[in-house]
Parts: sequence; C-alpha cells; structure tokens
Amino acid sequence: MGEPISITIDQQTVQAAAGSTILEAARQAGIHIPTICYHDYCTANGLCRICVVDVEGSRTLQPACVVQVQDGMVIHTRTERVIRSRRTILEMLASSVNLSEAPEIQDLFNQYHSDASRFPDAEPRHPAVIDDNPMYIRDYAKCILCWRCVQVCAEDAQFTFAINFSGRGYETQISTFYEIPMPESTCVFCGQCVGVCPTGALKPKRQWLLEMGYTPDEIMSLTRSQRQRRKRREEISQNPA
Amino acid sequence: MADLDLSPLLQRLEGYRPLGRTALLPALHDAQNIYGYIPQPAAEAIGRALNVPLADVYGVIEFYSLFYSQPIGKTVIHVCNDPACALAGSETLFKQIRFQQEMVSPNGPPSSLTIEMAPCLGLCEHAPAILVQGQPVARANRQSWQDLVSGKGERPSSVLGGTVSILTANCGLGHTVELSEYLDLGGYQALRKALNTPSRHIIEEIKAAGLVGRGGAAFPTGVKWESAANAPGDIKYVVCNADEAEPGTFKDRVLMEDDPHSILEGIIIAGYAVGAKKGYIYIRGEYLLPYEAMKKAVEDAREAGFLGNNILDSDFTFDIEIRRGAGAYICGEETALFESIEGKRGFPRLKPPFPTTHGLFGKPTVINNVETLANVPVIIRKGAAHYRKLGTPKSPGSKLFCLSGDVVRPGLYEVPFGVPFHHLLYDLAGGVRPGHHFQAALFGGAAGAFATQDHLNVRLTFEDLKEAGLPLGSGVITVFDETRDLRDICLRLARFFAEESCGKCYPCQMGTQRQLEVMERIARGDVRQEDWQRLQDVGWTMTDSSLCGLGQTAASAILSAMKHFPHLFQPA
Repeated sequence: MGEPISITIDQQTVQAAAGSTILEAARQAGIHIPTICYHDYCTANGLCRICVVDVEGSRTLQPACVVQVQDGMVIHTRTERVIRSRRTILEMLASSVNLSEAPEIQDLFNQYHSDASRFPDAEPRHPAVIDDNPMYIRDYAKCILCWRCVQVCAEDAQFTFAINFSGRGYETQISTFYEIPMPESTCVFCGQCVGVCPTGALKPKRQWLLEMGYTPDEIMSLTRSQRQRRKRREEISQNPA
Repeated sequence: MADLDLSPLLQRLEGYRPLGRTALLPALHDAQNIYGYIPQPAAEAIGRALNVPLADVYGVIEFYSLFYSQPIGKTVIHVCNDPACALAGSETLFKQIRFQQEMVSPNGPPSSLTIEMAPCLGLCEHAPAILVQGQPVARANRQSWQDLVSGKGERPSSVLGGTVSILTANCGLGHTVELSEYLDLGGYQALRKALNTPSRHIIEEIKAAGLVGRGGAAFPTGVKWESAANAPGDIKYVVCNADEAEPGTFKDRVLMEDDPHSILEGIIIAGYAVGAKKGYIYIRGEYLLPYEAMKKAVEDAREAGFLGNNILDSDFTFDIEIRRGAGAYICGEETALFESIEGKRGFPRLKPPFPTTHGLFGKPTVINNVETLANVPVIIRKGAAHYRKLGTPKSPGSKLFCLSGDVVRPGLYEVPFGVPFHHLLYDLAGGVRPGHHFQAALFGGAAGAFATQDHLNVRLTFEDLKEAGLPLGSGVITVFDETRDLRDICLRLARFFAEESCGKCYPCQMGTQRQLEVMERIARGDVRQEDWQRLQDVGWTMTDSSLCGLGQTAASAILSAMKHFPHLFQPA
C-alpha cells in the first residue's frame, strides 16, 4: 500500500491508501457496500456485481471489490443506476437459485426491496443433489457460481484441482472431470470448499443427514458400509497379497 | 472404451508436450478429428501430456460448443439460425433435414448424422447457409438432401460490390490469391518499405492516417501500437483477431479466403512496429476454409522469407502461429481470446490492466481485427495523406459493409466512409427485395441497434452514426422488409446471447437467460404489462454492470427496438 490519497465517497472526503480497492476504502470510512461473491481470502474476480458503484467519468458502473482508488476519484454508492442493478441482480438470483440457506443474500433482498417473483417465466437451475462421497454433498440447485470452491481447490489454497466447470452461461455448473464421482477425482477431502460456500450448496454429509431427520445412530449405520469399504481398500493397498 | 487406440493421439501429443497448456485447444481439436469426439481416456492423456489438471481439461471441453465429450454422428451438419438465414427460411430447412434423416432410418440404426442449430456462420450473403463437416454450403434450401449430406452442395463464392476496391482489390477473383500472384499485384512492397523505415515512423504513419479498429470498438490503432511499443518488456505479441462471429458479419472471412497475404503483411508490419517477434492469428472454429487459406499463406510466406529470421535481409525476426477457436462468440472479446490461446475457458478478464501492457501470456500485446490489419499495407504503401483522400476527416479511408437480409444483392460492399445509407442500400445493393419496402435494419449485428426509415439518410461514418445513436460496429447491416416480425428477430438475438454468454459475471449469465424467457413469451404474442419494465431493468443492468462488452451490449438491440417500436413490447 502506497501513500494516502484523497477520494470522495457519497459526498464524504475519504483518505485511502494508494492501491487499495474502492471496497476497502469505503469499509475504512464506515461506508457499507454490499458483496456476494467477494471473500477476504479468495482472489476477487468481480463476478456478482452487487458491489458496483458509480464512478464519475466511467461509462459503466464499476465493481468496488476490484477497482483501485485513484486520486480525486468521485464515487457514488447509491445512485438510481446502482440500486437498479443491485435490485435486478438479486431478483435474477432468486429466480435462478434456491437461496433458502443464504441468509446474507436474503437480508439484501429486504434492503433493496427486491421482488423474488419478479420473473414468472424463469426456469430455475435445479440439478439433483450429488451424494457421491462420505464427507460432503453437493446441492448445486443452491449454487450461485461465486467460484470460491473452485478457487480454494486450486491456486487460492489447496492446489488440488479436483473441480472446474461444466457448461457455460446460464448452464454453468461446478463439475469434476467428466462428472466422475468425487472419490475418483483428485479431491483430498480437505473441506475448504465446504468452508467457503456461502449458500449451503456444499454441506458436510453428517449435517445434511441430521437436517433430514436422521439420528446420529442411524447416520453411523448409513455410512458404515462406505467406511468399511474404504478400510478394506486401504488394507488391500497395504497388503496386496 | 477398452478398445480405444490412443497411439495416434499420443504421437501428436509428443509435439505438443513442450508447449504445455497453450497447446490444449490444438490437442483437443486433434483428438476430436481422430475419434469424432473427445473420449475420456483421450482427455486424460491430453491433460497428462500438457500438465493441465483434468478438471480443467473437462472445463475447457465443456466451454466450447464444437468440442463434444460424448459420441456424435460421423457427419455433423450445422444450420445457421440467426437473422439473415432465418429470413431465408433456415428454420424450415432445419426441420426438412431432420425429417429426411428420420425417413432414411425409420427403425433401423440411426443414420450417423448429427444436426445442430448454430449461431451465425458468417455466410449471411448466401442464406440460408449450413456447414457440412465444416464445409460451407450456400443456399442450402435449394439443394437436394443427397447433395447436402454427400458434400456436393453449392460452394459459396464471394459477392463483392461497392464504389472502391482498396481492401478488396484482390478479392472476388474466384480463387485465393496465392503468394506469386500477390507479389505480381504489388504485395509485400509495404513490408519492404516498412523494414527500411524506423519503427516509430510506422506508428506515426498509422496515427496520421487516423486508422481506427474495425472489429467494433473503433479504438485508434496507432495509439494502441504506440502503447504496446512503449510498454516495458522484451517479449511482445501481435494477435490478429479473426474470431469473426458477430451475427451478420462476414467481411473477415472474405478477406482471409480471397487475399490472405494482405492480412499477413499487415500483421508482420504491426510486429515490426511494436517490437514483437511472434504473432498469432485466432480464427473462429467454424471458419475451416479461411483457416486453410491462412495456413497455406503462412507456410508460403515462411518459405519465401517473409516470415522467420532476418526477414528480407533485415534485423527483423518474426513468425506467426495460427490458432483455431472451437465455437465461442465470447472469444472475439480480446482478453477472452488470450485466455483461449492460453488453453483456458474463454472467460474475459477484468480490465485494467489492458492488453497493451498485460495481454497474451501477460505480455504487452497488440490485438487487431482482420480488416484493421488489411488497412495497414495500404497506408504504408501510399502514405497517410493519400489514405486520407477517401472518407471524412474523422473517419478516413474506406469501410467494408456486410449487407444481408431482405436486399436484392446481399454481399460485401466497400465504400468510402461518408456515403449515405440509402446510397449503399438502393444504388449499390439494389434496394429491398422486389415488391417490398424497408421496415428496419440492424446495424452492428446482435450487439447493435435498429435503424428505421428516419435513418436512411444517415452518412456512414463513425461520427454521424454515433450522433444517430447507431453503432458502426463491425460493419453489419441486416435489412428487414415490412413483412418481417421484429419480435422474432429480437427473440433470435436474445437466444444468441443466452447461448453465447460465458457465465462469468451475474448480470450477463442470468440477464441473457431472463431476457430470452421474456422475449419467448412476447414473440408468442403474450405480452404483459410488466414486461416493459422487466426488459428495461434486465437490459440496463446488463449494460451498466456486466464485466465485458458482450454483456454490456447483450440488450442493445432489444432496447433500441423498444425505443423505435414500443408497441411491439406492450399488450395489445
């Protein structure tokens, strides 16, 4: 971070370190800019565009999470254009994804007076739950494509590269190589993807089963065969004879 | 699967291995050529040879619509489904081919044929057009099923018109101008002249000529070159953007097929001017013939010493590699194109940093459209002052316009900047098809805007069109007569963007889909009161907040249709 520079956010003069983003500068000044895909410990890609702000002199709105402050920059965080984009993005999300386990996004809904049923023609994304390993389930009907899981699986943390994307555009989904089950992939079950998932699309299997009403004992017996199979595999690999 | 013979692929992979990930698309093309699709073991072998994570290999296969992870027919037919071909009956054609296929194999084994609807194939002057195994067929509705599937369909030949022939001087001869003929026609003299001129002077000459980019963004070419030339670093690249995919555009295809060396000459001069040693030509996957023409041209130029070490006995060393896309409109976006060359999904990057400092492989890069580069030898050969004799002070030179749709003579027209639209449409292209009159024209393709009767007198320059609220874009003009349902055209444009959105940023990923869903209902005639505000909100959210130019223009045509023809979007 370099020398402090002076910018204006919502008529307020703010000192910010050169090289900091608009989001960081606003946070320091106590001005709240909403975010969805942004995570402090993941590479910011400017995907969700909820953090867009109006920067004087710019043709389009600018994503606060990645755009760096410039000396003399004049920023408006709540213009009509900004509000329209944020509200519409939220409404489109609600018509695409199951947000029932995303309380932070639901809060934004109230703040921006979004109408969850704005798009009656909308076809939501509703792939089936993938339950292919004993550690976590993948419910991509809840996935908002924030990319955090793909990033922590790759260069942002684990360097495992078990997941990437299938499809493109609206049909994009997180996927393993040729959609193989997770245990056949390079996944090491570190659980970091589960930890960064903001919407409950990735969930510990035990939590998932508990939520469905299974008792701990039932869960033990349900997953026993999986555990035993793994144990057998390990024994065989140690003792091929 | 067990009997899959990987040896032919492994042989190819030996050559690619040292290149690493950048060879991913070429390797996937090879695998698909060998096996007809990309079987899982082949993808695995490719990932291991190029050191690319397997999940990433699959991610790349899945991104590009011409790569198939599942078996498909031995023969693949792509039927263009975008406005110009739709006006000529592509939808009926598609159904007929499907029907014929079912007749051929009612119960027996399915005929080994895959028939797909495709985005604009860049053959709009030959509508309705199809590709059979990548080979273009013109006016496919007038040909028999047997001719179509056996590859005996009518081959398109260039249709040229206009009042000047500067960029198209060597086009429309009925064949590709090869090296010897190009030299006879004065080819590579500009390169010879350039190599005897300090590179700074070349950039000054391009700036003085006032050349601006012809791909759609109209950025001053000389400024771009200067910025890359001044950028720190020894390794720099020149990239020719031949990913022409804007619906209605076919100018770059004609230039590449008819006069490939003029483009090469432009690229080599650009490389010399900015200090690059390597150039890339990225050609869209659907353009097989332009690819073959450019490939031969590069080989011949290398053989003759116009590429390689010490070109024409100078100190300048430069070579060119050709890359094929694989079905992704987004790769025409410059940073998405870099990602694609680097062997990744074609996701556009955040800007800044800009390509002139952080481009291909993170190095300073000049990326120019085919037509832009074709202007370069013209400017260098005769000088900026001569070049400026045509056109207007703010839009110097000549421009290629791709006219298609309901016109008497669809084709590629070269005119000086500044001629009125009606001159191009009525005097040169013969006007609207007989018995009908002008309703509207789409300027700039899917990412463009509609012109109405009121625009017929507009002069075709950057400044006049800007004032009229019309984009010049890449020079597309698709004409619609009074019988055409513009709602259907808007639906097609909406479908195009929903198919081609990369899915990276939310406004475009979901906005193109929501726009399509609303347009599907409106095109059926079921228009609701709230649709107006729905389309406006989705449209402006994409325009204001999307990450790249695709999303920022994905609502442009529909918003302009709402402005000029509001009744189409309101309940009866």
